[in-house]
Amino acid sequence: MVRRYAMSAAGILAILLAWELYIRVFKVPHYLVPAPSVIGRTLVEEWPTIRRNVGRTLVEAVGGFVLGNGVAVGLAIVFVHSPAMQRVFYPVAVAIRTVPIIAIAPILVLLLGNGYAPKVVIAALISFFPTLVNMVRGLEAVEPSALELMRVLSANRRQIFFKLRLPSSLPFLFSALKIATASCVIGAIVAEWVGADTGLGYLIIVATFEFRTGLLYATTAVGSFLALGFFLAVVILEKAVVRWKPATLPP
Amino acid sequence: MTFSTPSGPVKALAGATLAIQPREFVSLLGPSGCGKSTLLRLVADILVPTEGRIEVGGESPGVARRRRVFGFVFQDSTLLPWRSTLQNVLLPLEIGGSARRGRADALQLLELVGLRGFEAAHPWQLSGGMRQRVAIARALITRPQVLLMDEPFGALDEITREHMNQELLRIWQATGTTILFVTHSSPEAVFLSDRVLVLGARPGRVKLELPIELERPRDPAVKETVEFARYTAALRRALAGETTPE
Repeated sequence: MVRRYAMSAAGILAILLAWELYIRVFKVPHYLVPAPSVIGRTLVEEWPTIRRNVGRTLVEAVGGFVLGNGVAVGLAIVFVHSPAMQRVFYPVAVAIRTVPIIAIAPILVLLLGNGYAPKVVIAALISFFPTLVNMVRGLEAVEPSALELMRVLSANRRQIFFKLRLPSSLPFLFSALKIATASCVIGAIVAEWVGADTGLGYLIIVATFEFRTGLLYATTAVGSFLALGFFLAVVILEKAVVRWKPATLPP
Repeated sequence: MTFSTPSGPVKALAGATLAIQPREFVSLLGPSGCGKSTLLRLVADILVPTEGRIEVGGESPGVARRRRVFGFVFQDSTLLPWRSTLQNVLLPLEIGGSARRGRADALQLLELVGLRGFEAAHPWQLSGGMRQRVAIARALITRPQVLLMDEPFGALDEITREHMNQELLRIWQATGTTILFVTHSSPEAVFLSDRVLVLGARPGRVKLELPIELERPRDPAVKETVEFARYTAALRRALAGETTPE
């Protein structure tokens, strides 16, 4: 276990070291590509600025995560119980999936203004589809004999859902949620590019136009850490909830 | 008896008439596809016939099912992997709304199937034979009058299977339920049953009805007797010429 973590850390360290050496040896100017040490220093110096902006992005990403996955799970439950609803609304979900998020961002800013709302909606849209697909699959991935068992036991729909379908869908749900953690941070940042006065996306735009390359890299790194922290939180939650070995492993 | 499928009606059992006495142990033997599992599901009201009639103690299968007359044991144990052994055994009572009163019963049943001490284990920690014992305990928790078993030991190795056969006879004697048992093993059918019905290939007809008059309680030594060999030979003859369709 410790060895595994040590090996993962060694890989990242090696890349950072190679990067640092390349920049120093070939004297690459910092405004083009800053060395990891410069990025680290900027991170410390600019921390008050970054901190002011990271909170906003975090709220938007988490809001989008909750909204997008909540709607996806709810819709999956409806789909599994009503094939008619599935036939009507599944194509709509697919259509939403095919709309390029970057293209829809300005539309949503026009519709919803410059506040939290368009960012949350974009983060939600981007994490919605994988969860919908996985959740439907999870709820349907019930052994036929388990359904026969429920029939023999004269279980009602509610009992079949809570005692059979929902628990067996959890491994599928969590594999979708893990994908959603990274994508909703991306969604929030992209939405901030279109129109915002705070947030990591806003900071990226400002840093780019003002040639503050160190800040640009530092902000990007913080965005990445944000997604990573979010991912780990979901992994910890999964470990706490899915304590059995699933009979069928989700992909 | 006919039942409908998405691809049209299927005649699963033609002219099969069958009456089972309370506390009787009856086995259905036949090639796969002969409708023996279907018959079991028709009795349990998992499938509904479009033609033909089944009565369980004078009631329709649907009424009997809702009165929790049946215990069903599937070929795979069908345990819920997120539940412990005890929680799996208690599932039928939970669904019936009386799990709190059942704990003592469940522990007693786990004792009966020889799994005392494994209450907290999860299915993935148990062997195939142990999982099937849990499934039997779960089927018995509602004190069913009829235990329906669909090749319950088909997936087990020979040694475990023999052991489970003995255990099942012991459990049957202890609980006094009626058992309808599906198998495709002649020796298993002879060893367990009061009566064996050989079903032919689709549409299934009863080809042979063979009462087994071996003395009870039976132990594995009975398999070395001449009568046992005579019974299995009779079953084999009835099965011969019956090839599996498709």
